[in-house]
Amino acid sequence: MPDGYRDGNLPYAIRAYDADTLRAALRKMYLIRKFEEGAENSYTRGLIHGTMHLSIGQEASAVASCMALSDDDKITSTHRGHGHCVAKGADLGRMFAEFFGKETGYCRGRGGSMHIADPTKGNLGANGIVGGGLPIAVGAALSAKRLGTGAVTVCFFGDGANNEGAFHEALNMAAVWKLPVVFVCENNKYGMSTSTERSTAVKNIAERAAAYAMPGVTVDGNDFSAVAEAVDAAVARARAGDGPSLVENVTYRWRGHSKSDRNRYRTKEEIADWMARDPIPAFARLLVDHGVLTDADVADIEAETEQVIADAIAFAADSADPDPADVARDVYNPAAA
Amino acid sequence: MREITLSKAVNEAIAEEMRRDPNVFLIGEDVAEAGTPFKVLAGLVDEFGTERVIDTPISEPGFVGMAVGAALTGSRPIVDLMFGDFIFLVMDQLCNQAAKACYMSGGKLNVPMVLRTNLGATRRSAAQHSQSLHALVAHIPGLKVAMPSSAYEAKGLMKTAIRDNNPVVIFEDKLMYQDKAPVPEEEFLITFGKANIKREGTDITLIATSSMVQVAEKAADLLAKDGISAEVIDPRTIVPLDEETILNSVRKTSRAIVIDEGHQSYGITGEIASRITEKAFYHLDAPVLRMGAMDVPVPFSPALEDLTVPTPEGVADRARAAVRGELFHAA
Ligand SMILES: Cc1ncc(C[n+]2csc(CCOP(=O)(O)OP(=O)(O)O)c2C)c(N)n1
Ligand SMILES: [Mg+2]
Repeated sequence: MPDGYRDGNLPYAIRAYDADTLRAALRKMYLIRKFEEGAENSYTRGLIHGTMHLSIGQEASAVASCMALSDDDKITSTHRGHGHCVAKGADLGRMFAEFFGKETGYCRGRGGSMHIADPTKGNLGANGIVGGGLPIAVGAALSAKRLGTGAVTVCFFGDGANNEGAFHEALNMAAVWKLPVVFVCENNKYGMSTSTERSTAVKNIAERAAAYAMPGVTVDGNDFSAVAEAVDAAVARARAGDGPSLVENVTYRWRGHSKSDRNRYRTKEEIADWMARDPIPAFARLLVDHGVLTDADVADIEAETEQVIADAIAFAADSADPDPADVARDVYNPAAA
Repeated sequence: MREITLSKAVNEAIAEEMRRDPNVFLIGEDVAEAGTPFKVLAGLVDEFGTERVIDTPISEPGFVGMAVGAALTGSRPIVDLMFGDFIFLVMDQLCNQAAKACYMSGGKLNVPMVLRTNLGATRRSAAQHSQSLHALVAHIPGLKVAMPSSAYEAKGLMKTAIRDNNPVVIFEDKLMYQDKAPVPEEEFLITFGKANIKREGTDITLIATSSMVQVAEKAADLLAKDGISAEVIDPRTIVPLDEETILNSVRKTSRAIVIDEGHQSYGITGEIASRITEKAFYHLDAPVLRMGAMDVPVPFSPALEDLTVPTPEGVADRARAAVRGELFHAA
């Protein structure tokens, strides 16, 4: 036990999870980071078209928010959703294939980077419409309640989305009907170029919870343990039938909003400050300090994830384009109930 | 004449009108310092300040409704809607409120606002950032709808829109922002409801909107090689629509294809084709053809996306068939 910790004072993550689970969580954080870097690199090499929204710097929020979820539990995700997919167990080769517009991709190349859905893992899809996922998450929670599945839905959204009417309508209905949903706001301080100070009347977005009579908590979104503690409690509450909660993970996106961002609205110093608070080494350090892993283990995990990404990119690059003859398939489902 | 980009043309039009009329202001997401993701509005905040170039929270129904309220009370707002696809979020304020205020109040209320947004696929942006949704608003009486096809058109139509006392929706093609065209330095406006005959011809009329005007012109070049003379007409505004110019042309050529990037079904192409059939039927030598975007959500994969929009080759093929009388069983 490291200095400074008394027994009952262990960080939540260390108390709550066994070593294998913690190792897997760290591995997922590395996978997200390397995935995003691989995507960025592939874009530069002309393998990916259109635009992309990278979540580098936000890995703790994605992974820690999914710790208490099984494949039966649902998430709704956002335009900045690659990390959520990985956290919910997506196959990286199929993710890259989707980014490359290939038939082997999660959406057979129809959706691209902003629209990955993977119902087998409970991922109801990323969204190109800011706030679009919020009422959908509440609907998934309604369905779970009606069908008695016990499933919980974690609804990811950004700070920007909290100013859409859909956010307010969704939280109100979830609270009125005590639905099993956890609203996870990834507050990275900006919606495109607009800071929360300029766009949002409350200081902390979690304060909005009070208006909808649900618990709201703001945590350091780069602290894996803090996020897991808050979201796990909210998931438990939802599962117990006590209704929704709002958890605000304060974090930061290192990259620009998307490929067209000139980054004029924030300073180099601010970016550097946040990069110094990298959630991945912080979590690795926590695990080493508590004897869960050694430094050598961490290095091995990181190296292994690099190979996984290289293989995933190769799979995507080698996959075939969709068949033009299929362009109109899947507009409708031909079956009926 | 100097050439400028469509982006610059829009920027100039707005700047000129803002100088001319202090009641004109801009409101939308990322419009000020960022100048929109397409940089169309870059620099306007430096001249007009944040009182007149207003960055909003991400609250589209809210700020479009605010524009309606401001327009009712002496302001002339220009609302920037970042992607045409987001028009679905603002339909109530646009179609139930702005469009109807004048009529429902017996002409006592006016909503002089401009909603500028965009359309256009093939940018690899997938189904929620690629739609061409102008037909939806063109369906609603009370809204005017402008569809610039070049930098020149974009400037003239924008200035007219800002001076119009009605709600006007302008759809710019987001793939054309960097396209240059000659635009005079001197002030000019383009009258709504007056089509532009881009090229005269005798065998077939190609009526095309927005970037489809370029497609039609390229098709006309291809057809010329086969000795077929195509007339190309750009309606400029689909509401109001210059029926007369279109009908006169078709009466002359006796054949027509309508080309537009909205989905083919229930869209602009069907509307214009039907007016031609109703009013120039006895002049026709071939069925009037519609060419719109395929009736599928826009696919992300480049291998599929390019198949969904009309191309010059596709238009030329259909035109040849029409002129050669091969459309007895028009597919
Ligand atoms: C309804 C809607 N409005 C605007 C946009 C354009 N847009 C895409 S992402 C974004 C910013 C979203 O900010 P936030 O919710 O904080 O998420 P972040 O990008 O910071 O992860 C905006 C304005 C959109 N996609 N959908
Ligand atoms: Mg944000």
